[in-house]
Amino acid sequence: MAPTTLLDISEVHKFYANHHVLQGVSLQVPEGTVACLLGPSGSGKSTLLRCINHLESIDAGRITMDGTTLAYEERNGQMHQRPRAKVDKQRQDIGMVFQHFNLFPHYTVLQNITLAPSLLKKASKAKATARALELLEKVGLADKRNAYPSSLSGGQQQRVAIARALAMEPKVMLFDEPTSALDPELVGEVLKVMKDLAAGGMTMIVVTHEMSFAREVADSVVVMDGGVIIESGTPAAIFDNPQQERTRDFLRHVR
Amino acid sequence: MSNALLSDRQAALAKVNDMVATKRHPWRIVFGVLAAVVVVWGALNLWLNPALDHATIFKYLTAESILTGVKNTIVLAVISMVIGTVGGYLVAVMRLSHNPVLRAIGFGYVALIRSIPLLVLILFMGNLALFWSRVDIVNPFNQDEVWIGWGMNDLVTPFIASILALAINEAAYMGEVIRSGLRSVDQGQREAATALGLGSGHTMSKVILPQAMRVILPPAGSQFVTMIKMTSLVSVIAGGDLLTEAQNIAATNLRTLELLVIASAWYLLVTGIATIGQSILEHRLERGQRRVSI
Repeated sequence: MAPTTLLDISEVHKFYANHHVLQGVSLQVPEGTVACLLGPSGSGKSTLLRCINHLESIDAGRITMDGTTLAYEERNGQMHQRPRAKVDKQRQDIGMVFQHFNLFPHYTVLQNITLAPSLLKKASKAKATARALELLEKVGLADKRNAYPSSLSGGQQQRVAIARALAMEPKVMLFDEPTSALDPELVGEVLKVMKDLAAGGMTMIVVTHEMSFAREVADSVVVMDGGVIIESGTPAAIFDNPQQERTRDFLRHVR
Repeated sequence: MSNALLSDRQAALAKVNDMVATKRHPWRIVFGVLAAVVVVWGALNLWLNPALDHATIFKYLTAESILTGVKNTIVLAVISMVIGTVGGYLVAVMRLSHNPVLRAIGFGYVALIRSIPLLVLILFMGNLALFWSRVDIVNPFNQDEVWIGWGMNDLVTPFIASILALAINEAAYMGEVIRSGLRSVDQGQREAATALGLGSGHTMSKVILPQAMRVILPPAGSQFVTMIKMTSLVSVIAGGDLLTEAQNIAATNLRTLELLVIASAWYLLVTGIATIGQSILEHRLERGQRRVSI
């Protein structure tokens, strides 16, 4: 039996002023699978990711998770933005990891991870802390629990950021170029955590330039250019037998 | 540096050639001596000036009305600062709002208040009774029936007028200070908090404001020190502050100079304490930040 679709992106359009950055993008991500978004910069892949948790608004189309429309609701035959509180509630099920980590510099590693769960899920402090320590163990940073982000390397910061997102027990994880800001020797430790996460059955959408990661971990590879998906398929199909000239062109440039 | 470390250093350096001598700083000594001479000479010259009657200074330095003035100055400054900071926060949030009407209101407030000299604002507030002699809450269906009412001079005493003027003025300046503090926090911080599902309130109180504080606090501290000194302006409407009390005494004994010295000494003490408090606060807010010295 095929896994059920967790995230369904359907005909999404997005403008920045008069610039049509997403021109009708559709993508289904089945539960427990990893989709890697590839494409040249400015192709709209990061924007698509940020539309999923409504860091960016969309102008048409819809994104549903578990059958519920995200950030918008239909009223009188038109889509209307949901109230902020409702959108925030939906965001709790969507973890996001940023290119520049965006850890909270005034909190310790542990506080970074327990902040949202203790504020939002009203988990007891002890419970949130226990869960955070578990996650830190998982990303290999248990000994850094009381450190401040500024004393960590980029790779360590990104692993904390992943733990922070996981602490909300999201249904899907969005990764926006998670290794692009890292020194080359630190990329591996972050990718390893992401591989473990994928192996554990987490549904993931990853915007990345790490072709080997995409080939090894992705269930589907999606190539975007100029605000549209130009090709998608299994890693083998995309990397070994690309159908579109633009895909071949892009792959030539990144190899 | 401990002695053990020092001797390690000496032991290591003893074995190498071309040792670099410790850098000397002769100009530090020169400037230090110059400054000391100027300060001592200036202080002695003022203190030993025959126009100054030392007995008067000591007599009134801790006089009851002077101490009342000091207390009023502190109360005025603190209350005006608290109201001004809350008002400034609202102004800052308005100026950063997505709502263009709120943005315009915030901008207009800052522009208007900053263009009115504080002294003029204080005089306006002290003379509100000339605009409206009474404040009455009347029956809207029968204007003659007054439910409750006050004479303006009973409602807005010189002390209240002083607080109003200082707070209204402060809100405009603190608005700018807080706005630049909020803007100094990286946009990624807001995005990270939002992505976790934190609402706008939590995002502001737990993520943005604590980080903005580091930028807000140093200028806010100088705003407060300035505020302490600005309270002296309310002496024009007899606001009950330190300078008002000093001038009241000077008006009877004609010892203007001595009472100004007394007032200055108290201002120095109060602002000094405020400055120390500010540096303690700043120190505490540096958690998790690398120190950078220029």
